[in-house]
Amino acid sequence: MTLSAPGPARNLPQYGALIAVLLANWLLFPDFFAIRLQDGRLFGSLIDVLNRGAPVALLAVGMTMVIATRGVDLSVGAVMAISGAIAATMTGAGWSLPAVLAASLAAGLLCGLWNGVLVAVLRIQPIIATLILMVAGRGIAQLVTEGQIVTFTSPALAFIGSGSFLTVPMPVVLTIVLLAVTALLVRATALGLMIEAVGINRLSSAGAGVNTPVVLVAVYVWCGLCAAVAGLIVTADIRGADANNAGLWLELDAILAVVVGGTSLLGGRFGLVLSVVGALIIQSMNTGILLSGFKPEFNLIVKAGVLLVVLLLQSPTLTLFLPRPRGARPIGTVKPPVAPTSGGAKP
Amino acid sequence: MTASTAPPSAPLLAIRGLSKAFLGVQALDGVDFTLRHGEIHALLGENGAGKSTLIKTLTGVYQRDGGTVALEGREIAPRGVEEAQRLHIGTVYQEVNLLPNLSVAENLFLGRQPMRWGLVDRGAMRRRARAVLQPYGLSVDVTAPLGRFSVATQQIIAIARAVDMSAKVLILDEPTASLDAQEVAVLFKVMRTLRSRGIGIVFVTHFLDQVYEVCDSITVLRNGRLVGERRTADLPRLDLVAMMLGRELEAAAHRIDLGPAELDSRPPLASFKGFGKARSVEPFDLDIRPGEVVALAGLLGSGRTETVRLVFGMDRADKGEATVDGRPARLRGPRDAVRLGFGFCPEDRKKEGIVGELSVRENIILALQARQGWLKPIPRRRQEEIADRFIRLLDIRTPDAERPIQLLSGGNQQKALLARWLATEPRLLILDEPTRGIDVGAHAEIIRLIERLCADGMALLVVSSELEEIVAYSRRVVVLRDRRHVAELRGGEVSVERIVAAIASETPNPIASETPNIEVRQ
Repeated sequence: MTLSAPGPARNLPQYGALIAVLLANWLLFPDFFAIRLQDGRLFGSLIDVLNRGAPVALLAVGMTMVIATRGVDLSVGAVMAISGAIAATMTGAGWSLPAVLAASLAAGLLCGLWNGVLVAVLRIQPIIATLILMVAGRGIAQLVTEGQIVTFTSPALAFIGSGSFLTVPMPVVLTIVLLAVTALLVRATALGLMIEAVGINRLSSAGAGVNTPVVLVAVYVWCGLCAAVAGLIVTADIRGADANNAGLWLELDAILAVVVGGTSLLGGRFGLVLSVVGALIIQSMNTGILLSGFKPEFNLIVKAGVLLVVLLLQSPTLTLFLPRPRGARPIGTVKPPVAPTSGGAKP
Repeated sequence: MTASTAPPSAPLLAIRGLSKAFLGVQALDGVDFTLRHGEIHALLGENGAGKSTLIKTLTGVYQRDGGTVALEGREIAPRGVEEAQRLHIGTVYQEVNLLPNLSVAENLFLGRQPMRWGLVDRGAMRRRARAVLQPYGLSVDVTAPLGRFSVATQQIIAIARAVDMSAKVLILDEPTASLDAQEVAVLFKVMRTLRSRGIGIVFVTHFLDQVYEVCDSITVLRNGRLVGERRTADLPRLDLVAMMLGRELEAAAHRIDLGPAELDSRPPLASFKGFGKARSVEPFDLDIRPGEVVALAGLLGSGRTETVRLVFGMDRADKGEATVDGRPARLRGPRDAVRLGFGFCPEDRKKEGIVGELSVRENIILALQARQGWLKPIPRRRQEEIADRFIRLLDIRTPDAERPIQLLSGGNQQKALLARWLATEPRLLILDEPTRGIDVGAHAEIIRLIERLCADGMALLVVSSELEEIVAYSRRVVVLRDRRHVAELRGGEVSVERIVAAIASETPNPIASETPNIEVRQ
């Protein structure tokens, strides 16, 4: 049982791209790898990449499994806004931290359940089913915040966004913990196999006795939970909730991270770690472009270009030149449709 | 009479020596077909006989490789459906190919709307639509969207459109497949009316009763070749079935020892009473005992696959009850069936059987794992043991258990699917066409396996088109025709001749005995 897809050749494009982008950053900005300890917390550009990349990495973890079932969840950005809005509003109203966290995470689970029921029970196409919450979710978040940007001063909640644990920033810690828990959940049980089976052939899986509706609901619920944690981090970091802009367009970055990580939009084999690597590639580029002092206008184009290269490296024509990994499909089924639009210059 | 003009006695449609090949596979090989004015002509044959290729060549979807097609003595070669329509050849498919979201009138006049001052004249269109439908006894709201009406009504509207576009030849491709008895009767009335107006109708169907009810002539194809053309009145059913299946009726098959007769007194493992589903298969009774092979025989579309899908819960029965070990059993889905100890290898391996990109190992353990639940994963070592054991036992040809199953040949995929169910140690194994599309060697192995499993006390329910095969291993054969179970042969009665005779036998008019179930939705 491996956390990622088998075979070193398959992982090569992802790790190669990450290293290449990091080296490019280092060339442009020699202090890139410099890390210093200050007030018991690590600082530096590399740490910044991890810290800033945490929300998209979290989304990518949940999104990976949804995409592995041949679905997609467009609502994760809106779910981030809901969970952030609930956390900020409740904290402002004086609720204790455990209650705030429980309510925010429960909201994420509920959103996932809604999506899962639409997809698994009512059999609505995932892209449409989750579009409903993508649109409605921001409305719900605005209702929670009553249209205001809600700020708070609670240091306990802010700790999630800007605190650190054993010198590591909390967002990074939370991402690692959730990645580990998720990996354990799908790979130490038979859930991972069933997710892949349902994604490849739902009819055959159902015929073999796999409880396909439960598998589908489970992945959307988990995706909702991951989005809620990401929403908490963003809210805690800025000490406020902006229902309009929290998590805006991040669903596209998350989908891109998963695709760059080599999980096919056609479902099937998935690699959680590789999706996180995909998220880090995207974030390294964001950071690098900012550091390099390019005009912001270039950002999206440079990003799209680099991503195109990563996806080309996975194309079937090129995979022919690499040793064929066991059990891997030609990854060329990956489509690169979101690359140019995934924008949003996020530092 | 000059040689250059067609003699008045020329048939409506004369196809001579029609040939068509796809990538080296000869789909049609020198086929003749003759349609006369005012004739309903059945075009019959099993899967792969060449019926749809013939129709598609006729309607211009495919271009023929050789042969001639003459309409009223004039050579034609349509290069598309529209050109075929201009040549007075209209086609109505089982799945109506009109636009459900447009109104009835718009569908009738699509592409040829009555115009006034450059705009569609809706009033005229409605009036003409009513006039067109009137002879069919169809008084529907022509402004309502087509999709609101039953399939039968839609089909008659599609026929009306084709006839109104001055069709002389009307091709009906399995029009009755999703109709109930009442709707079929209405459709037949329409067909007879058109026949009396001199239109020639090509009728493709799998229902023999319907052929004998409405058709004047029959042409049978098999493996892309013409078997023969007969007048319906001159062709006994038995001969028709023999023509379709292509069997010499005197061929006697070798039978294996089918076990002691006291098997019949054993309590059944699974028993179905009045089990059925509307528009799928008529209610049937079926007992399956441990250690016996029950086969389902019948022509394509006779309800064999539908029966086994109900037994496994792939489709949910809406009538009757099932008992397993004498206790009432719930069969609301495959998961219920798996829990009861059933296994099912479906006919369409690719679509409903294998999980293509997963490895042979994962495919083999999938059902077992699903039954144990996701919380109790089978350890990797154990998975490998199971996979390797079945790869050896069934001689699955694969370099190793980690190869994606989609890279295996059809026969080896089938053996891996058998392994998937054998790993769950099922009590009833259901096989739908287990030997279709696999090579000769694997074919024989699978038949030997069926015999061995049965000897070990497993119950098997097998659907097969290979009658010799069925006769070789079955203790009982249930014969189906037109979606109903019409006969059961047991022990010494089982023979190819008896099966063919049962398929061909006539039953009292099924339309009269049917409870009317009229569905006129508006």
